[in-house]
Amino acid sequence: MSVRESAVAERAAGGPARPRTRLGDRLLKAYVWLVIAWLFLPIAVMVVFGFNDTRSKSNVTWQGFTLRWWTRLGDYPELTEAVFNSLRIALLATVITTVLGTLMGLALGRHRFRGQGATNLVLFAAIASPELVMGASLLSLFISTGVDTGFVTVVVAHVLFSLSFVAITVRARVIGLDRSVEEAARDLGASTWTTFWRVTFPMILPGVVSGALLAFALSIDDFVITQFTSGTVQTFPLWIWGATRNGIPPQVNIMGTLIFAVGVAIAVANSVTARRRT
Amino acid sequence: MKRLTPYLLILPGGMWLLIFLVVPMVFMASVSTQEGDIVNGFVQTFNVSVYGEALAQYRTQFLRSVGYGLVATVVSVAMAYPMAYWIAFRGGARKSTYLLLVLLPFFVSFVLRTISWKFLLADDGLLLSPLKSTGLLPDDFHILQTTTAVIGGLVYNYLPFMILPIYVALERVDPRVIEAAQDLYASKREAFAKIVLPLSLPGVFAGVLMTFVPMTADYVNAGILGGPANTMIGNIIQIEYLTNQDYPVASALSFTLMAAMLIGIFAYARALGTENVLEAAAR
Repeated sequence: MSVRESAVAERAAGGPARPRTRLGDRLLKAYVWLVIAWLFLPIAVMVVFGFNDTRSKSNVTWQGFTLRWWTRLGDYPELTEAVFNSLRIALLATVITTVLGTLMGLALGRHRFRGQGATNLVLFAAIASPELVMGASLLSLFISTGVDTGFVTVVVAHVLFSLSFVAITVRARVIGLDRSVEEAARDLGASTWTTFWRVTFPMILPGVVSGALLAFALSIDDFVITQFTSGTVQTFPLWIWGATRNGIPPQVNIMGTLIFAVGVAIAVANSVTARRRT
Repeated sequence: MKRLTPYLLILPGGMWLLIFLVVPMVFMASVSTQEGDIVNGFVQTFNVSVYGEALAQYRTQFLRSVGYGLVATVVSVAMAYPMAYWIAFRGGARKSTYLLLVLLPFFVSFVLRTISWKFLLADDGLLLSPLKSTGLLPDDFHILQTTTAVIGGLVYNYLPFMILPIYVALERVDPRVIEAAQDLYASKREAFAKIVLPLSLPGVFAGVLMTFVPMTADYVNAGILGGPANTMIGNIIQIEYLTNQDYPVASALSFTLMAAMLIGIFAYARALGTENVLEAAAR
């Protein structure tokens, strides 16, 4: 209900809209924008300091505007490699997570079976356990079994922590489905397989897509579990953490800005298409 | 075949969770009762005295982490509730835009955002140096390496996880219920205290769950924004695992942390219903 509507409703209910509430609303709105500004403040700093004409390695004080760093984006080959590693890991982890999570979501949303409660419990535990503990226990597993940590173990870990989110997102979508559409398809002679691909899957697709986006975002941002399972492989967040002591070069700001821009574009596109769909 | 379908669907993901979530916990318990060092190797001796020793040695950091987690959680609830309330009841057609704004910062790696705060809050940084040069703050004033900086960083990084579940709960409150209360002569305050607040509590509980545990186990904020006096248990576990490679002590500490958190979580979730918390967590 909008502000205007509620004011109308209030008047209809008898009393005039009280000015005190109006003021309270306005204060609350100002507060909301203040918090949003606070959330974006460090991001603004990140973006702006990618254009900083800094001479020293510590990029903390404003020295004037330059586009120099954008042309010298590849000056730190290890940073570039780390960013590409992050992207590779996120893509691979997203594909695996989306397939496994969708299957789980279908099972949980559609079927009743023995062990359903246990599955829910484990999914819940995967969300609720601190990342630190997940990373530490995975490292214990890899040390004990003699597995070398690296690219593969990072992907394994990323699939692990995003699986629950995809499964739950898909499950919610599956539960909300109108089953009569599927029954109609079957009545018209479609096989189980055809019904799934031509009817069910298109209907759960929005849930699958938002689960995949979530998995990708979780993976590319992850630091803690990655630090425990990466061995010598560097990802973008790991490289930044390692560089903190010596000063962060402006190239990091630019890489961060580019990832942010792509993420914002995808999120906005997704929310616009979601709105059109409904 | 039909009866097997759900099991076949669950199998791949379920195996993944079993092998990489459940089994590692067993290995972690096993490593914590080994003795030895990284050069000569570790031997399983089922020696549990390491728990007592490690806890005695790092009691301060343990208690500090729980303390920081509690304070940061309370601050987050206080900050998130009014915000979620305004978006849910006054956001109008722009509700989803506001939510998107709350979520967009996640597209910047949280390590990078925390480092940005370090620059912003530095003694000669963007925020403090103008205040100091105009005399509003004394020259020796600093925020970095204080408890305030660490708790501020924790709240900053986890606030959206508090806002979302509270918003979801408030969004579900039917406005007609509030109108009904007002028709029955409840004041605005009474309607809030007796209708809106109780209905939104599951969201608050879910938010607390989503933030308290990761904040307590966090080491990035203490590592970047804090000083030696702000070391949390996460920093200790990270150093013991990755730098000192003293795996028995490290796994004993993280096993204790996990046990403490899980007992708390399951007691909490049992009281509130796992399904509800899960649903709220997924949004």
